[in-house]
Formats: sequence, structure tokens, C-alpha cells
Amino acid sequence: MAQHDDGVTTPEGDAVHEGTPTGTALQVSSAAESDPGAGVVHSDRVVNPGFPPHNPRQTDLDPVKDRRAEKQVAFLFFLSIVGSILALAAYIAFPILPNDFGSIRTNNLLLGLGITLGLLGIGLGAVHWAKQLMREDESVEMRHGTRGTEATREKAVEVFTLGNEESGIGRRTLIRNSLIGALVLTPVPAVALFRGLAPDADPVKLMQHTMWKAGTRLTHDPTGVPIKASDVTLGSAFHVIPEGLLQREDMLEQKAKAAVLVMRLQPQDLHVTKGRETWNYNGIIAYSKICTHVGCPVALYEQQTHHLLCPCHQSEFDITHEAKVIFGPARRPLPQLPITVDSEGYLIARSDFREPVGPDFWEREV
Amino acid sequence: MTAAESPRGGAVVKRRTATGSAANWIDERTSISGLVKELGRKIFPDHWSFMLGEVALYSFIVILLTGTFLTFFFQASMAEVTYDGTYLPLKGIDMSAAMNSTLHISFDIRGGLLMRQIHHWAALLFVASIGLHMLRIFFTGAFRKPRELNWFIGFILFVLAMAEGFTGYSLPDDLLSGNGLRIIDGLVKGIPVIGTWISYLLFGGEFPGTAIVGRLYTLHILLLPAILVAALGVHLVLLVINKHTQFAGPGKTNDNVVGVPIMPVFAAKAGGFFFIVFGVITLMASLFTINPIWLYGPYDPSPISAGTQPDWYIGFADGALRLVPHGLGFLIGPFTFSLNVFLPVVVLGLFIVIVAIYPFIEGWVTGDKREHHIADRPRNAPTRTAIGAAGVTFYAVLWAAASSDLIATHFGLSIEGVITSLQILLILGPIIAYLVTKRVCLALQKKDREIALHGYESGRIVRLPGGEYIEVHEQLSDYERWRLVSFEDYKPVMLRPDANGRISVGQRARARFSNWFFEDRIQPVSQTELEAAHGHGHAAIEAADSHAAVEGGH
Repeated sequence: MAQHDDGVTTPEGDAVHEGTPTGTALQVSSAAESDPGAGVVHSDRVVNPGFPPHNPRQTDLDPVKDRRAEKQVAFLFFLSIVGSILALAAYIAFPILPNDFGSIRTNNLLLGLGITLGLLGIGLGAVHWAKQLMREDESVEMRHGTRGTEATREKAVEVFTLGNEESGIGRRTLIRNSLIGALVLTPVPAVALFRGLAPDADPVKLMQHTMWKAGTRLTHDPTGVPIKASDVTLGSAFHVIPEGLLQREDMLEQKAKAAVLVMRLQPQDLHVTKGRETWNYNGIIAYSKICTHVGCPVALYEQQTHHLLCPCHQSEFDITHEAKVIFGPARRPLPQLPITVDSEGYLIARSDFREPVGPDFWEREV
Repeated sequence: MTAAESPRGGAVVKRRTATGSAANWIDERTSISGLVKELGRKIFPDHWSFMLGEVALYSFIVILLTGTFLTFFFQASMAEVTYDGTYLPLKGIDMSAAMNSTLHISFDIRGGLLMRQIHHWAALLFVASIGLHMLRIFFTGAFRKPRELNWFIGFILFVLAMAEGFTGYSLPDDLLSGNGLRIIDGLVKGIPVIGTWISYLLFGGEFPGTAIVGRLYTLHILLLPAILVAALGVHLVLLVINKHTQFAGPGKTNDNVVGVPIMPVFAAKAGGFFFIVFGVITLMASLFTINPIWLYGPYDPSPISAGTQPDWYIGFADGALRLVPHGLGFLIGPFTFSLNVFLPVVVLGLFIVIVAIYPFIEGWVTGDKREHHIADRPRNAPTRTAIGAAGVTFYAVLWAAASSDLIATHFGLSIEGVITSLQILLILGPIIAYLVTKRVCLALQKKDREIALHGYESGRIVRLPGGEYIEVHEQLSDYERWRLVSFEDYKPVMLRPDANGRISVGQRARARFSNWFFEDRIQPVSQTELEAAHGHGHAAIEAADSHAAVEGGH
């Protein structure tokens, strides 16, 4: 048998180490070269007692147990065969029936259990075989230092030296430097190509506006039915989208900015700052539904406390104080949509939001 | 090997069997016999914790197999279609082709739901097993020279696994994953200077756009797996080159590998284990629903359900977003610096960079240039173990924070109280974990030392002839004791001036760090101590035993 120089032996064997003289010689040379740093090398270490005596298994000692283990392994492989057949049978016998949701569950369950049996039978059988019947005493292999031998390393250095000499890359600096310059610049056009990932527009301008305009009616989300001011009773909250959103080609992009929550409070409960006196209509107020933290819909309204809660990261906004942040990671209040009513009594926007909605971005205040 | 030595083997060589001819045919064209000779009887040490990396490898294979099946049916398109499949509650609803095809896979293709669920469960297990595998490597010091590079590659694999998970999670374009993408969009927009443009380019316009699912699909099934497979290949090649570490044990040294050969025992165990992992994942997929997108519905930027959770491995990032203190951020001139979003990105970035380069940090502190192939017991490296415990605690608090709302509702607490407690825990928890773990490690080392020198209490009390009562200590065998005494010892590096009589800043820093690492240390038992203890101990026990025997004889 051809021996690799690792010289595999059993612990009981006399640790033959073909190829290199002895294991200890190698150990000493590598230890001597490496700096232990903060490591302390004790000369008085406890001596390694060597390999313990081998304990044979039941299957090694008792032919009956050996035979039983053999049968167990074969049985597990047989179970695997049964499992695979059952899986096939389940595939055929339990199809998905139209309008029968239960048939999907049955198909998934039985097909899955069949395949499971097919897989586990092989797996458990193989492991049982290895643990009970295959030769189990441990073998030993010697390690070498990971670094190449001195001779190999010298050869490698020689390769690079020859490469340098024969090409002259170290000597001909003009060639070398111009090559480096050329290589540095080649990826630049590739980077430029990535501009094409998005259309030719300025994202900052897009993010500063929504679909809301003076006169846009507030409509129910998702039906698009306009909302009369008289429908908004005290204490109620409406999920709102702008009229005309459902007909837009870019419906989702517009909705992601324009979604609004409308609530009605007692007008005396609202703390209105200067300049916003006309933004509510008889205590009906509209705020952007897009969280100023990272953009989740702020969809939870606590009627009693007049707080809005973002279900993603738990920012809380106080509606009585113009959606001021009272808890959580958000930094800014929810933008308010100025609203009023039209001649037919429907709620309409007075204008777009006066600031960009949604999460912070670098050019937000520009 | 001759026929005389091994009649059966010889006979096989001489008689031209079908397998022999096939092997010959292949070898004459590939010289593959060389590879078989080199690797066929390579030795692998055995320990249950060495299986964690195997679980990761096998779940990845399961992911590749089931993922390929799913690609045959999945349509990575955000074109709007109207659902007309088996699932009644969604009939007639507009959704993207991606969502529609995912529902089609789940409800109209026999076994499709099973494949989807195997794929998802395997992905969750993949990231989990990589995480546990990394913890095993960390706490046993198996990242030390010569394996620092392989730790780093493994770390890259962990990041790739999470990226694969997140891109795959987003593909069905359901409400839950869409809100996840929206959070990513908000996160990206919070990056100073370039955030707005990165988001704009990533989504191909404004969020959500019609491009993102197709782009994530390319990343999910082409780019990321290609890099992952390449890095995995290097990871395994380095494993073969470096050979596996082993725990200390009698006969095991830093210069040998003790274990079972690849052919046949390791191959049988590992191959069998692949089928077990595959089988267990399939069992989970048969019995337990995962990611029921039909309950969430298609993505719409307006609705959301309360108590939503990301897949577990993204939890720590989501938790970090929740724990940011109130109202961080400011303006730089006209520009918005959104610290409430960017701070968690920076903190998590720092955390994972420290994880990635930890082997190099510890290598620099110890200055130890030796190769280490014996895995440490965690107690024998108290400072490292304590650092690990602090890191685990930090991660665990962030992870718990991702469920802050559920913790509040399930235990009837206020959300504000839960968040504030977790914020405090995020700072204090790692410090407490560090201190407690370090002391526990040192105490365990002391216990080991005591047992190695004096044996363990047998509970047997005997009376000596003089009337004195003593308890008999049972001694360990040499083999059992070896595990307790054979560990590396370190002490703080001394500050020494260099040739010019100067001490550099780097040296000072290193001395301080190594002092931090090794000022509290328990020395391993030495041979002299052992002999001294046993000289004394044996005599006493023998005296006691002989006396007891005499008394029993009466």
C-alpha cells in the first residue's frame, strides 16, 4: 500500500512516520521557530499519558449483538425504501382538489412524511452502521507546520524573482506605473453604467412632493370613495388615500407617500401652532401615515389617549400636539396635511404636505 | 500490498471487476488515484460540537436542491396580475406576478408547498447552524493560528447567508416582506450623503417601484450563491489543509490528529448525517407552516399588521432600530444627519467588524506565533470566554428588542417600560455577563486544579486507628486527569525597552491589553505538584483503606 507521508497509524501501532524521520523532530523544529508571545512554556508540564486502552463494543465481543446490529441497519435502509414508495403513493393518491384547502394540507403532510422516512432511514442506518459495525478504534495522523518547507519557499521566491527579471516589471517603472493607472481606471465606466438602474430624474425632487394638491378629495383606503366631513364622527379614524390614486399607473409609489390618517377630536383638545389654524376642519385632522423613522405605516390609533403607534419600531406620536414624537426612535412629527371641505361637504386637501413625508434623507431640508 | 498479504484484496485487483475497470478508466484520464490516496484515509477528530458546521453545509445543500425546484415556477416580476388560483380568500385581488406565482407554487403544484417550506426551514436552520458553529469556534479558540483566515471566510459566509435569507424572504412580494423592504429603504435613506441615491438606484426609482423583486432575485439565485459557493469551497479546502482541531485528550497532542478516517467511518457518519439533517428539515416542513404569505396578502404600502416579526436572523438589526434613544439626529448646514437611523447601522457595523477581526486582535494581544490545534475548553481562556459571553448578551438583547411589542403584550407590560429596560440591559447586560463569566471560568479552573491534585470526594468516611475521621478522596486515572491539566498558560507580556531604550505606544497598548487578558490566571498543574500531592494523598488513602479493610475483616 502506497504511503502518504502523513503515515497513518493506529494508536497501538508504533507510530511509524514515513517520509519524515520522526514526529518529535518535526515538533521541536516548529516549536523552536515560533514565538510564544504571552504564552508560557513550562518545562514541568504534566506528561501526556498516551492513548488509553481500547474498549471494545458489545458488537465486537458478542456475535449475536453484531448480527442484531446488522439487521437493524438493514431494517432502517428498508424503512427508507418504504418511505420513498409511500411518498410516491401519497403524491398520486392525494392530489390537490379544486376549492378544497384541506387537500393541500393532506398532500403536504403525507408527501412530506414519506420523504422524511425515506431520508431518515438512510441517515440513521448509515450512522448506526458506522457506530456499531465499522472499525471504530481511533487512528492517528501527524500534523505538519502549515507553512511550506524552506526549500519550497525558496523555490517560490525564485519564481517571483525570475518573473520580475524576465518581465522587468520592477525595473521598467514607466510601464509598471502606466499599467497600474490603466487598471485603476478600467472599472470606472462599469460604475457609471449603474446610473441606468433608475430613471433620469432627481430623487430629491420626487421625494419632496406627493399627489396631494389643493382641492384633491380625501377618499377611503382602499375603495377610493370620497369622505364627507359629516361622516367623520368624533373619535373615529380613517385610512385615507387621495382621489384618483387608484387610476394611477404608479399607484404603489404614490400610495407609499400619500397615505394619510384622518381623525376627529374635540377642537379644544387640539394644540394648534401658529400658521396651522386653518389646517384642520372642526377638529378633523389629517396626518401622513408614513412613519418618519423608517417608513412603516403608522396604523395603530389609540382612541382614548389620541396617540398613534408605529407597529414596526414603536414610535409614538401625540395627535393632540400635532403628531409630536413622545416615545420611540422617530425624530420628527408626522407631517400634517392641511384640509378643509369643498362646496359639497367632502373633505379636500388645501395643498400638498408642506414638508417631505416619510423617513429622513440627507437632502431633506435642501 | 500483495495477494499473499491480503488474499481478498489481491484477488479483487487481479480479477477485472466492473468497478475496477471503471476506476481504471477514470484514473487513466484524471489521475484521481492520487487524490484518493491523499484524502481517502484522512483523519477527522470526533466531537458532537464539530457537527454544527456540518449542519450548516447540509442545510445549504438542501437549500440548493429545493431552491432549484422553486426557480422552475417562480416569476420574479412585479407586473400586476389578478389572482385566480385555488386560495379563495385572495381570488380576484390584484397582486404582483411574484406573489401570484408563489401562491401558485403553494396551492396548485403538488409538493410545491412542501418544497417552499423545506426551503424556508432549511434557510432558517442554515443561518442558525452557522451562528452556533461560529460560537463553537470562538469559545474553543479554534480561530487561532493557522485558522484566522478561515474564521474570516466563515464570517463572510455568515453575512452571505443572512443576505441570502433576506433577499429570499423579500421575493414573494407579500405584505410582511414588503414592509421589511420598506424598512430597508428607510435605513438606506438614512445613510449620510449617498443614502438618497442608493435607495433610488436600488429600487429603480421611488419605493417600491417595479424593479426590486427582479433585482433581488438575481442577487438571490446568481450573485450571492456564486460567491457563497466559492467562499465555501475555500473554507473547506483550508479545513483540509489546516486539518481539524481536536479537544485535549490522552494521546492527543498539538502535532497529531486523532480520529476516524474519511473512508469509511467518517464518510458513513457524515453522509448519514446529511440524510438526517435533510430528513429533520423535511419533517418540520411537513408538520409546521412557515411564512404563510397567503395570510398576509400582497404588498400595499398602507396596511400593516401589529406584532410582525422578521425572520429570526434579522431580529438583531430590527431590535437595534427599536432601541435608539429618543430624538437623535441633527442638521449639518442644510443637510439632515439622521442619527436615529444611522447610529444602529454604525453600532451593528462595529459589532460585526469586531467579530470578523477578533482572531487578529487576540493574536496581537498574545503575540503568540505558534500554531494551535488543540481546542481550548472555554474555562481555560477566561477573558476570551467572558468577551464572548458579553457579545452573546449584546446580541441577545438586540434580538429580544425585535419582539419588544410582543413581550409587552404577552406579559402585560407597557411598551415604554420594555424598551427602556432593554436599553439599560443593552449597556449593563454585557458588562455583567463579562464579569460573571470570567469569575465562573476562574472558579471552574480552580475546581479542575483541585480535582487533578487531590481527586474528588467519594463520600466515604473512615476512622483511622487514632480515632480521626477522614473522607476518602478518589483519584482520577491518568487519562481522566490529562483533560484537566493540559491547557496553554499565558501571562501578561512584560514592557521591555527596545534597542534604543524606548518603549513604543504600540507596546504599551499591547502590555495593557495582555494584562487585561491574563492578569487573573490559574496555572496548569505541573508534574512536580502532581507528584507531591499524590505522594501525600496516596499514602493517606492507602493507610485508610488498609485500616478499613482490617476493620471490615473483624
